[in-house]
Amino acid sequence: MAVDQLPPRIVDREPDIPPVIGPGHTFASVTDKISSIVLTRRTPPGWFVGFAISSLFVIALGFGVGYLLIKGVGIWGIDIPVAWGFAIVNFVWWIGIGHAGTLISAILLLLNQKWRTSINRFAEAMTLFAVACAGMFPLLHLGRPWLFYWLFPYPNIMNVQPQFRSPLVWDVFAVSTYFTVSLLFWFVGLIPDLATLRDRARSRAGQVIYGMLAMGWRGSARHWKRYEVAYLLLAGLATPLVVSVHTVVSFDFSISILPGWHSTIFPPYFVAGAIFSGFAMVLTIAIPLRKFYGLEDFITLRHLDNSAKVMLATGLIVAYGYMSEIFLSWYSMDKFDWFMTLNRIRGPYWMVFWSVMLCNVAVPQLLWSRRVRRSPRALFLVSLAINTGMWLERYMIIITSLSRDFMPSAWGRYAATVWDYVIFTGTIGFFVALMFLFVRLLPAISIFEVRELLPQAEVKEEEARS
Amino acid sequence: MAEFDTPTAIVEATRRAYSEGYRRMDTYTPFPVEGLAEELHFRCARVPLIVLLGGVAGCLGGYFLQFWIAAIYWPVNIGGRPLNSWPMFIPVTFELTVLVAALSAVLGMMALNGLPKPYHPVFNVPRFALASQDRFFLCIEASDPRFDRAATRSFLESLSPREVNDVEA
Repeated sequence: MAVDQLPPRIVDREPDIPPVIGPGHTFASVTDKISSIVLTRRTPPGWFVGFAISSLFVIALGFGVGYLLIKGVGIWGIDIPVAWGFAIVNFVWWIGIGHAGTLISAILLLLNQKWRTSINRFAEAMTLFAVACAGMFPLLHLGRPWLFYWLFPYPNIMNVQPQFRSPLVWDVFAVSTYFTVSLLFWFVGLIPDLATLRDRARSRAGQVIYGMLAMGWRGSARHWKRYEVAYLLLAGLATPLVVSVHTVVSFDFSISILPGWHSTIFPPYFVAGAIFSGFAMVLTIAIPLRKFYGLEDFITLRHLDNSAKVMLATGLIVAYGYMSEIFLSWYSMDKFDWFMTLNRIRGPYWMVFWSVMLCNVAVPQLLWSRRVRRSPRALFLVSLAINTGMWLERYMIIITSLSRDFMPSAWGRYAATVWDYVIFTGTIGFFVALMFLFVRLLPAISIFEVRELLPQAEVKEEEARS
Repeated sequence: MAEFDTPTAIVEATRRAYSEGYRRMDTYTPFPVEGLAEELHFRCARVPLIVLLGGVAGCLGGYFLQFWIAAIYWPVNIGGRPLNSWPMFIPVTFELTVLVAALSAVLGMMALNGLPKPYHPVFNVPRFALASQDRFFLCIEASDPRFDRAATRSFLESLSPREVNDVEA
């Protein structure tokens, strides 16, 4: 059917796409607007309130970790058979959240998606802070965290080295590489903006500190050229890395023989879930940020709309993962596997399963509607539901499989203790507090990349020739 | 050093200066201006090479580390399985490849750019603070063979810049 034969409604469907940047901006106004948050504008009282509340959770985290170091992991709800508990649930959840930052900064850069520009900086910061929270849990779960360096190969008098055939050792390398590369990516992106802050700072301390961090960046054309090449290569390296990290995390499960874990769908399903939850966290942060700092011109409805579409797509992959898990456990005719599936649906943890289905499968279907995708308030609620759902999903995977494996005589139950909650909410507070500091002390939006987005940034060849 | 308002003006000015025979010059812009490095006839071939070498080093080093530990230094015989079980060594090899390549990309870029550099004469011009905000600068260095204080100044002024300043070293 030719286009002119279609009903007009379908032809006219080309929606009014909101721009990636509000109209009427100049290089100076962009610079001024973004850097003023850090340099000149008065810190809003809400910032102090938010920072104070999140700091209380950080203090609680300090107490929780201190008590853990004194007493040992017995203060948590873990036992045999459920030895993984909250620590690993939180680890997988946090590390998954981190994935969206790298996806936005690296993969969308390679795909030349212009809308990434104003959200990449804080998404990368989010990645770093989330990975920092994630990294705490396996270390605390070690039992003797102060011996964590035994995980690395180093010359030692015990003559013992790590077992490189174990996914848990792969995890050490994957997560530490991921953190390092994310940090490099973030810092390299910050250098030109730190130079801007150095040149605009009025206080001596600001000039010195931003000046040291900017390392004498002066925007030379040769420097920019090398900078762009290096940045592009970093993006190329980070792209397979981000896929590999959650793949390795999923190997921690799928290489074991436990029903519900031993499955080849785990790597793609985990990676999709990671991006799903990561974008939910990006929206959870972006929506209040743009509102309270008046950044609607830079984080436009286009960004929210596109992020919602990514969430919808990855959410559908996750839903497919759930379906495939259930189908294969029935189709395999493995009675332990099928029991595990039924146990998830109607066993002692049935509420977790159904909450996961509600938050991760049902709620994201709202994103088919453009009205929801372009309503910040609705999107914020959807993203909170997805964050919760993805946490519960990891709880479901870990707890149901461990608590009832093969022999009923080895079954057990798991319930988190107050210390589990103290440490988990403590890391959320830690994450939020770091975000508050980041927004206050560094440009939350990449200034030089937003300048590049402006129409004035284009070199008009015809004029230049004349 | 001449100051311009738009990226188009700086590209044109650089092109004119190059055709005038100036070679030791540089431009300073608040964001990467497309085609500007080409006007300076600058090509960047060394960063990709450094990254490639870093990646190869990380890959070989990572694999050899595991091979040496698992097969030579601390061999553990588990049911007669091969000691050099290479498929199990791929994830760590991959991670170390990426790690070393990424580190060499950043450190290589900074080393080639001569950063960190605490002092550079261009910062002596007060207006140069705008180079990181909204102005575009073209600087012809005194070490250029064709440099002559008066002639170069009048050449830069012929490019209709906003302002021309002397940079004191």
